[in-house]
This record gives sequence, C-alpha cells and structure tokens, in this order.
Amino acid sequence: MTHTDKQVKQLDRVIIRFAGDSGDGMQLTGDRFTQETAAFGNDLVTLPNFPAEIRAPQGTLPGVSSFQVHFADHDILTAGDAPDVLVAMNPAALRANLGDLHKGATIIVDTHDFTARNLAKAGYTDNPLDGDTLDAYAVHTVDLTGMTIEAVKDFGLSRKDASRAKNMFALGLLSWMYGRPTDPTTTFLTKRFAKVPDIRDANLAAFKAGWNFGETTEAFAVQYEIKPATLPPGTYRNITGNLALAYGLVAGGVQSGLPVFLGTYPITPASDILHELSKHKSFGVTTFQAEDEIAGVGAAIGASYAGHLGVTSTSGPGVALKSEAIGLAVMTELPLVVVDVQRGGPSTGLPTKTEQADLLQAMFGRNGEAPVPIVAPQSPGDCFAAAVEATRIAVTYRTPVLLLSDGYLANGSEPWRVPAVDELPVIDPGFATEKNHGSGDDAEFWPYLRDEKTLARPWAIPGTAGLEHRIGGLEKGDGHGNISYDPANHDFMVRTRQAKVDRIADTIPLVEVDDPSGEAKVLVLGWGSTYGPIGAGVRRVRKAGYHVAQAHLRHLNPFPSNLGEVLAGYDKVLVPEMNLGQLSLLLRAKYLVDAVGYNHVRGLPLKATELAHAIGELVGQAEGIDVELGVWGEPTQKEHV
Amino acid sequence: MTTSPLTDLGLPGLRSGTEQVPAADGPQTGKDFTSDQEVRWCPGCGDYAVLKAVQSFLPDLGLRRENIVFVSGIGCSSRFPYYLDTYGMHSIHGRAPSIATGIATAREDLSVWVVTGDGDALSIGGNHLIHALRRNVNMTILLFNNRIYGLTKGQYSPTSETGKITKSTPMGSLDHPFNPVSLALGAEASFVARTIDSDRKHLTSVLAAAAAHRGTSLVEIYQNCPIFNDGAFDAIKSPETKADAIIPLVHGEQITFGSTLEDGPMAGKGAKALVRDAATGGVAVVATADVDAADILVHDAHNDDPTMAFAISRLTDSGYLNTSPIGVFRQVQRPTYDDQAREQLATAADAAGNDATADRSARLAALIGGGDTWTIL
Repeated sequence: MTHTDKQVKQLDRVIIRFAGDSGDGMQLTGDRFTQETAAFGNDLVTLPNFPAEIRAPQGTLPGVSSFQVHFADHDILTAGDAPDVLVAMNPAALRANLGDLHKGATIIVDTHDFTARNLAKAGYTDNPLDGDTLDAYAVHTVDLTGMTIEAVKDFGLSRKDASRAKNMFALGLLSWMYGRPTDPTTTFLTKRFAKVPDIRDANLAAFKAGWNFGETTEAFAVQYEIKPATLPPGTYRNITGNLALAYGLVAGGVQSGLPVFLGTYPITPASDILHELSKHKSFGVTTFQAEDEIAGVGAAIGASYAGHLGVTSTSGPGVALKSEAIGLAVMTELPLVVVDVQRGGPSTGLPTKTEQADLLQAMFGRNGEAPVPIVAPQSPGDCFAAAVEATRIAVTYRTPVLLLSDGYLANGSEPWRVPAVDELPVIDPGFATEKNHGSGDDAEFWPYLRDEKTLARPWAIPGTAGLEHRIGGLEKGDGHGNISYDPANHDFMVRTRQAKVDRIADTIPLVEVDDPSGEAKVLVLGWGSTYGPIGAGVRRVRKAGYHVAQAHLRHLNPFPSNLGEVLAGYDKVLVPEMNLGQLSLLLRAKYLVDAVGYNHVRGLPLKATELAHAIGELVGQAEGIDVELGVWGEPTQKEHV
Repeated sequence: MTTSPLTDLGLPGLRSGTEQVPAADGPQTGKDFTSDQEVRWCPGCGDYAVLKAVQSFLPDLGLRRENIVFVSGIGCSSRFPYYLDTYGMHSIHGRAPSIATGIATAREDLSVWVVTGDGDALSIGGNHLIHALRRNVNMTILLFNNRIYGLTKGQYSPTSETGKITKSTPMGSLDHPFNPVSLALGAEASFVARTIDSDRKHLTSVLAAAAAHRGTSLVEIYQNCPIFNDGAFDAIKSPETKADAIIPLVHGEQITFGSTLEDGPMAGKGAKALVRDAATGGVAVVATADVDAADILVHDAHNDDPTMAFAISRLTDSGYLNTSPIGVFRQVQRPTYDDQAREQLATAADAAGNDATADRSARLAALIGGGDTWTIL
C-alpha cells in the first residue's frame, strides 16, 4: 500500500474510539489498530469497554461494545478523556458514545444500519444524520458495510458473512488516516483465518479496500502523522494487564524455583489469567479449574503445603467466597498469592467494568485479626512486576498476599519495556530440612519457631523425614505449634502475625514523591490503576503553572515506612480513588491525616481533566490563590498531557 | 523406588494407589504413627476405634511416614490428623477434599488421606466431595458417618433419618437423608466402600483395598456417637441382629445374609439372598431357599457399569438402620486427574526441550520478550 499525495497534517496525539454492536468485532478492530500503533512506535494506552452479555440484543444500547486507543509521539498516561475520532458502526454506537465527544470531534458513521428499525432500537425518533444535531462535529457518513460487501463479492460468501468483514474495512480506513503500518494486520489475518481461505481473503480484501477508500475518496482530505514516541531505551511490546500478570506469576515460579499451582474458577475479568497460565505447563505451571471459588483457593493452599507456589485468581465476589480459606492460610502461615481483578460491585455489580472498591475487603474481609499484605499494580505492564513482588512477599514471609489489579488494568494495554530476567529478584523458598528445637535424641521440629528477622515460620514440606507436623485452623502454641487455647498465647500469636506483616515494610521501597519544584503544598496520593489519570491530571495543573506533588502506592499493607512523614510534609492530601474513599479511610485511621477524597464509581477510569480541576481547587485552597487552568482544563488540549 | 507391599497389586498395567510413594526402610509399628498429642474425643466414641485401626494399619502399608499426609475438615473426626505422626492439616469446614486435591496433584510421591464426617463431607462440603470423586484424584476419603452433628452438640445431619428429634428439630427433622454410597456412585466414584468402626478386621481390609486403589476411594465408616446418637448402628453391631442386618459384599461371591442355612442345597449360605428384581429393575431380598442358586447375585465390584452397585446401595435403610450392605461396592480403574495433570506437564516440558528445568530463565526471557516487539536504542 503506497502513500498518497493528500495533505499530511502533524499531530502529537490522537484518541480514537471504535464502537459497534457486540458482534461487530470492535475489540478485535481496536486490538489490531493498537498492535499497528505499537509496531509504529507511538506510546499508547487503551480502554476496552464491553457489556457483560456475550451478545446483548443486536442494535440496542446495552449491546454496544467499544475500544478506545490513545496514541502519541510522547509518553502518555491515560486512554484519554474525550475521543477525537469516533467510529460508529450503528445508531446505538453513535448514541451511546456521542456524549463523550468534544465539539469538533470527527465521527465516521457506517450508514448501512441507519434504518428505521435500528434507529428505533437505539431510541432515535429521527435519523440524527439528517438533522442538525451533529453540526458541531465533523461527520463522515460512509456505507462501510455496503462497500465491504462489494469488496468481497468475489469470495462467494453469504451476504451476512461478507458484511462481517466491515470491521476490517473500518480498520483499513483508519489505518490509512493515521499512517499505520499494515503488515502486522495482514500477517495476523493470514494466520488467524489460515483454515478458512474464503474468510481470510475476504478480510484481507476488506482491510485493503478500506485503506484504498481513504486514499482515493475526496471525503477524507487529510492524512495524519503522529511521530514515534521517544521512550527509554529497551525492547518493548504491547501488553494487557492480565497477560503481564500471568507472565509475572510464571516469572515468580522461575525466580523462586517453585512450580506454580493455580487453583481457580472462571470469573470476569480474571479468567484470562487462567487461560494464559494454562499455556505454560512447560514451566511446571499446573492450572486447576475447580468446582467453585473455594475449591480453587483450597487446592492452591494444598499445593503450597506440598511445596508449590499456590495461586488463586478471581474478582471481588470470588474473594468474598475465599475469605475463610485465606484466613486458613493466615493461620497456617503458608505462601499464597490471591489475585483480585477488581470489578464494579457490590454483589455481581458490573462484571466488565472497573472499580477499586475491594481494598477494604482485601484489608479486613476475614474473621478475626487476619492481616494480609496487599500489593497493587499501577499500569497494565506493571502487573508483571507486581505479581513478582506478591510472590516474593508470599514466599519470604509465608503468608497469603492479595494482589489487587482491576478491570481497567486487566483489559487495557500499553507498551511495556520487557525486563531482563537477571533484573528480577531471586526468591528463596528456604524449605526447612532439619529439626530446629532441642538437640540429640530430644531434637524436635517446631513448625512455629520463627525467623528472628522476618518472623516467618519454617516451611517444611511433606516428604521431609523427621519434620512431620500438623497444622490447621485452630490457634497454635507459640513455637511448638500444637493446639493452644491459652489466653496469653492467643494474644501473643495475634500480635505476632500482625508484627510479621508489619515487618514486610523493612523490605519494600520507600514511597517516592514527585515534587519537581519542591514548593507544592498539595500532595496527590493514589494506588492502583488511577496512576495514569492522576499523573495526567497533575501534569495539566503543572502546565498551568501551579505546584503539586504526586506519589503512588504499590504496597497498601503494610504501607511504606516513610508514608506518615511524607503525608505530614504537605498541607493538603488529595486521594483519588474509584471507590468512596477506602484508601482515605486507612490513611485517616493510621496517620490522622485529613485526606481529601476524589471519588468516582462510574465503572470507568477517572478522567484526567476532571481530576485536574479537583487538584487545582485544592491547590487554590492550600495556597490561598485563584487557580485558572485555562486550556489545561480542557479535555481537547492536545499538547503533551 | 519400592512401593508398599500391601498395595502392590502385582498386576501388569494396574497402577497401585501408592505407586511412587517411597517405602519405609524397615518395619514400623503403630507407635511410629502415634503423635504426642492427647486424644480428646468423648469416652466411648467410635473415633477411637478407627484411630487405633488406622494406626495399626499404617505400618502394614509400609510407606515412609513423611510421605503420608492426612487432611481433615471440621467436626469431631476432623481432629484425626493431630493424633497421627505423619504430615497433616486440620483445615476448614468441608474443604478437605479440595486441599487434598492440591496436595495430590502437586506431589505424586505422597499418600493422601482425607478424614471427614457426614456434616463436613455431605453438607457444607458436598460440592467438593462429588467433584473430587468425579475427577478421581488419587486419595482416600474416610467418611465417618455418625448420622449426627457432634461438635456443635447434637443437631441432625444430612444422613440423619427423617423425623429425628434434636435440639434444632424439636418436632422432628424434615430433611430426607443422603445415602453416602448412592451419592458417591452417582458422582462417578471409582471406589466406594462401607465399613463399621467396631469391626477392626473388616475396616482394615477395606482400608487396604482403598489405599491400593489408584483414584479417589470413598470409605464410609459407620461410627457411633455415644453422646448425641448412641445406638444408631446397634442393629448391625449386636450379635443377635447383625446377621440379618449386614449384607456382606465380597467380590466374586454370591450375596447372601441372615442366619446360616444348615442343610439343603444352599447349606452354608445365608437364609436371605439378593436377586435381580425384574419388576423394578433393581435388587430384591428373597429367601435363599426359594430361588435357584444361579439366580443369586454374584457381587462384581469391578463392573464398569455402576447400576448394580447403585441398586445394592439402595438396600440401606434411610430411617433407623436395620439393614445395610457392607463392603466394597465398586472398584474400577479409571485414569486419575492428578496423573493426567502431571502427564500434561511432562509432555509440555518435553516439547519445550530435553532440559526444560535447567533453561527456565532463558525460556522465561523468550516468553516475556515474545510477541510483536520493537527496540528503542
């Protein structure tokens, strides 16, 4: 495919949203555009958004599925607040997404489905393409489906099958508009449909026809160019959070020398971790699809007892079911990684949407005093390092660890610098091999005699002669580990289990504050996937000329040891979260800091622009000034944010 | 690696339940398997008899102590692991089969045992029990059935007879009980047996058969609770009534019971016999003297079709226990979940290269650096 003589306009970033019916292949289209963009070398962040129903009624608002990709010639942090381009494959897709667009945005509409019936299904009484309601936008009405059917007519497909290639036509058109390399998609389609040559050729033809349409039609006068981004040196790949997390667990197994045992039950949005790990049996990874959430964690605990790295993956409802078993792992002090890919709650909630409302469940959701360390990744690629860290803590301290990802991280993607394996920590399981109490004929093995530094107990696995012992959910006597109902012993053991978790703070990094001017009075503190929006919001406020500091927590329990000191260094602390203030609650309780919450539970990532206004307002209060963000408060502001 | 003399089936093609579990270096005694913990069941509890039987059976099994793991849930019987000097876990209510599944799948060199009760296995943990049985994970489940909740002080259990007056059912319980053997057969179990706490010899023989079986072995043990359900099994224990109450199942032998016939062509057989019942398709009890010898059912525990075993299991009284078949109902070979899971791992490792373990770091680098990558200098 050759380049055109059309006008080429330079942009430094673009946000495109592909939207259509659940069956229209929008996730695939977005994913392909993303891969082309990654191959081109732009920085990018993606936001897939799809309904929980596999096929909601066709053409309806609940059935709309979308994929947003934000790409730029510089490092970016979010999938973008407002799309610059909307590709709408039917009336429902237009209606469901129009409100998110800024005025002046480009809309490419497939007119084929704008029939009276489909308009009615989407709730339109009049065809929006006819009136003046879309005057504020640059609307391109194109019969994508019709042109697709025409383009693939030689392949003998039914009209229905032929029209299904329309997503590739759209992809071809957008690929032309933004000068994307087409080879990755050509290779992908050739491979994916190798066994069905007609479908393969139809898709390839549709993709090419879309490109050629862009090049020849007068409807699109401008082609855009977004230069590759300058990222730190290294080898990069585009990666979703679930994939990175699964790789991190494989790496945790390799780095600890332990076979990984995943006991799990399918649940949105965590199932892809099971799917991925099931491919890595050659690394000694066992995946056990259990009869329920409880059996999943139970088997993982059993595997850990037997000397494997027990892992269970789930979402919030699954954590609720696993609570008692996690308590057993607290009591028996066995390594266990519990992955919670958070979704909107409570109850079944919003299975395919993101939220951060399981923090307090992770922290306190068990009977008794049952402290569990909590680790949270901040971006899709960071799920890898977070999983390795969760493994390190679990194995080193003989404890269950909650790894809190979320739906946005799980399905979103970004370019990830692939780490060298020798950069990864080496994790020593340090199995017990000898009796540890008394000497000579009186020597015994005491399963609760602790390491002085970490307070971890010895991990003696079955098959080790002389170390036979019994553990369980009943309270243990200090040291010997026999059942004990002694009041003083219980008090001591409760405090010791807490102290062990607290001591993890000795081996985690101090929280780093990004405060370039050193004059900020306001600190924005976040955790998990809000890292991107917070970073983008902070950038906007700084661009507008104000001072603000930013810090982000990877460890939620225990907190880094300098956190109290950091918080005390600022007049105001803003805590943005996709919940009603769960981290705020913890910070207030532990540090008596008057944390100000910024909270949204819309099932979507926080918006950087809105966040910038919230930060600006707090900066204004702290410094006694009027804060004017100007263009930096507008979602359309395109420069380097 | 040598294996247990007791469970070495000596049959080509058949894998023993303890194959790959290292054998003990020398003879062992019951004392070797007795932990230093004080046993705290009520006086007269049937659990004592089972514990003694297991402690004296384990030395005969001839496996290394450190390669035996007992896992239990919650309930009186679930204290069992504390009293055995093997590896053990006293876990949470109903979940022992899932924990044991993890242990057995992770390690083929372990002999894995689950100790559970009627409440633990059939009520709160019913789901895990049936799925363990269908998967056929290599482990032995000892289900102590006292037909009552003991640890919570006497509520009716899922095996209590309907109309049971307990603290929680002052006007009588309404639930229809489970028949654990029928349930296990319905759940595709490959080994199902029933025995009695007080019959050490029978109990031990069933334990040996269960340990020898590769796959999930379910052993229901009738166990008396002297405090909350005393006498529940009197009919099958009393010398006066037990001949009529116990229907003994011995593979390859005709199934007869009741007082022994002294003369006639059936001399030496029990006065009652099991025959196929054409009317119901099930099994009926008839007077032995009234039928042709050829019509009397011959017990076939190795029949792939569980229909007959199920029909026999239905002869168990669901009310007060006056009649119950005892013995190995079913023992068939079926690939185990854990063996196959490990085989998949081995196959994948072979495909990845001969020395799959040694070069894991290099393969990890290839994995995470795979896909479409680009390099920035």
